[in-house]
Amino acid sequence: MNRLAVELPGLSLKNPIMPASGCFGFGREYARLYDLSQLGAIMIKATTLEPRFGNLTPRVAETPSGMLNAIGLQNPGVEKVLSEELPWLEQFDVPIIANVAGTTMEDYVQVAKEISKAPNVHALELNISCPNVKKGGIAFGTIPEVAAELTKLVKEVSEVPVYVKLSPNITNIVEMAKAIEEAGADGLTMINTLIGMRIDIKNAAPILANRTGGLSGPAIKPIAIRMIYEVSQAVSIPIIGMGGIQSAEDVIEFFYAGASAVAVGTANFVDPFVCPNIIEELPTLLDKLGVNHISECTGRSWRKGEPSVYCGA
Amino acid sequence: MIRKEQMSIVAHERIANNIYRIVLTGGLVSEMNTPGQFVHIKIEAQAEPLLRRPISICEINQERKQFTMIYRKEGIGTSILAEKMPGEMLDILGPLGNGFPLEAVEKGQTALLVGGGIGVPPLYELSKQLVKKGVYVVHVLGFQHKDVVFLENEFAKLGETYVATVDGSYGIKGFVTDVIAAHSLSFDVLYSCGPKPMLRALEQVFPNKNVYLSLEERMGCGIGACFACVCRVPNSDTAYRKVCSDGPVFKAGEVIL
Repeated sequence: MNRLAVELPGLSLKNPIMPASGCFGFGREYARLYDLSQLGAIMIKATTLEPRFGNLTPRVAETPSGMLNAIGLQNPGVEKVLSEELPWLEQFDVPIIANVAGTTMEDYVQVAKEISKAPNVHALELNISCPNVKKGGIAFGTIPEVAAELTKLVKEVSEVPVYVKLSPNITNIVEMAKAIEEAGADGLTMINTLIGMRIDIKNAAPILANRTGGLSGPAIKPIAIRMIYEVSQAVSIPIIGMGGIQSAEDVIEFFYAGASAVAVGTANFVDPFVCPNIIEELPTLLDKLGVNHISECTGRSWRKGEPSVYCGA
Repeated sequence: MIRKEQMSIVAHERIANNIYRIVLTGGLVSEMNTPGQFVHIKIEAQAEPLLRRPISICEINQERKQFTMIYRKEGIGTSILAEKMPGEMLDILGPLGNGFPLEAVEKGQTALLVGGGIGVPPLYELSKQLVKKGVYVVHVLGFQHKDVVFLENEFAKLGETYVATVDGSYGIKGFVTDVIAAHSLSFDVLYSCGPKPMLRALEQVFPNKNVYLSLEERMGCGIGACFACVCRVPNSDTAYRKVCSDGPVFKAGEVIL
């Protein structure tokens, strides 16, 4: 029995570990370092209808246990992703989750319609929470009615299940999650980055050319855990959790909070081998925790009547 | 091939004001051969500071399985690095990027190597390899002030070497371009590494020459995945090059400085 195998809408994952969108490009750089077939899935870089150059540099700034980024959805556009990136990824035995972004509802619908036809795209991740584009993105992720309408429109055209990526830059994330579930989403991914800023004390100017950026890394992990803990109790669709994961222990914490799979983001920049390392370490950790199958961990922090976790250590 | 390895510090010393030389040893050195490449260093095992620090390779010694870096202590990361002692280990990812093309210059020809500040170190391995190839090398090194001048003697052993300081406190007063003009330095190929204004000036002074420039940029991953260090390409709204993986060395005119 594969103790790490996870079944989610559209996704038969050999393990629940996948690189998060925007932290892995289209896999080419990491494919030079290890076999991408080891991964549970790959969330490819956000794809828009037209090619985008993105923001000016500096695009990243380090923060305490984290980093700010304001890349601005740089990507070659859906046509090139379909003709070059996705066919190239077919050489690997790994399902692709395509991150779909746009500035208008029509953009999202068109990209979703086209990209969901690719044979190796097994699910979509609707990016309604990018904090780094001027129009759209986060606006779709902060108003529940707007997010629900977009979810419905994309569901109508998508050939594969649709996961919606939630923004933490919102007062009531449970309300948002419920609205999206009701609109027909197959799953949720959470959390996207938190809007932050750094100022250079030498010249009093913002460090990022975009002024603000999305905060990621271990610094945001407690926020992700809290939000997944709340949302997973309020909805019945599965959650792919993300936000500062660096280790097998972090993965279990996300499962206990309510995640059914996880994505690793910023940690790929710190250690490009982090995903295969976590996958390798998980079985030993499950042994230590007395857990037979990783799915047993989902929601353990709030499920009632469950035996408390035995720690063999 | 890019590898990640725990490498041991062999030597570590301050060589000028806030400028340090560190020598590391390990099997990873066997992957290093092109001058102008860099490594990405995780300075502490914990999440703080989180990101790696890109630092250029200054000298490679295959026999001893050692390589040298020269860096400026400036922020949190390099301040912690500066405290590391010989015997301690460092998490190194590398070698990264594409270095200077040696094949651009032939035996008997002249290469002009122009470095500015902390852009000087990668030119040292380049100069050594060019000399070995039989190329005549001329060095022009620019620094802010006499307190931060380094590697002058090492370069002088390899070829003609001029040093300039912005404030005139050492060597020739002025910028590297002033030195090149004052001495009417001629060359077949120019290799440079340093701050962008300096690279821009060189590109403007020698529009029809064979010029290679090594860029510095804030980086995330260092391997081309995060799109933090992109620069624009002339005559296109969407075309780009990544400094970390397409560079850091570019032919003059290939990217917009």
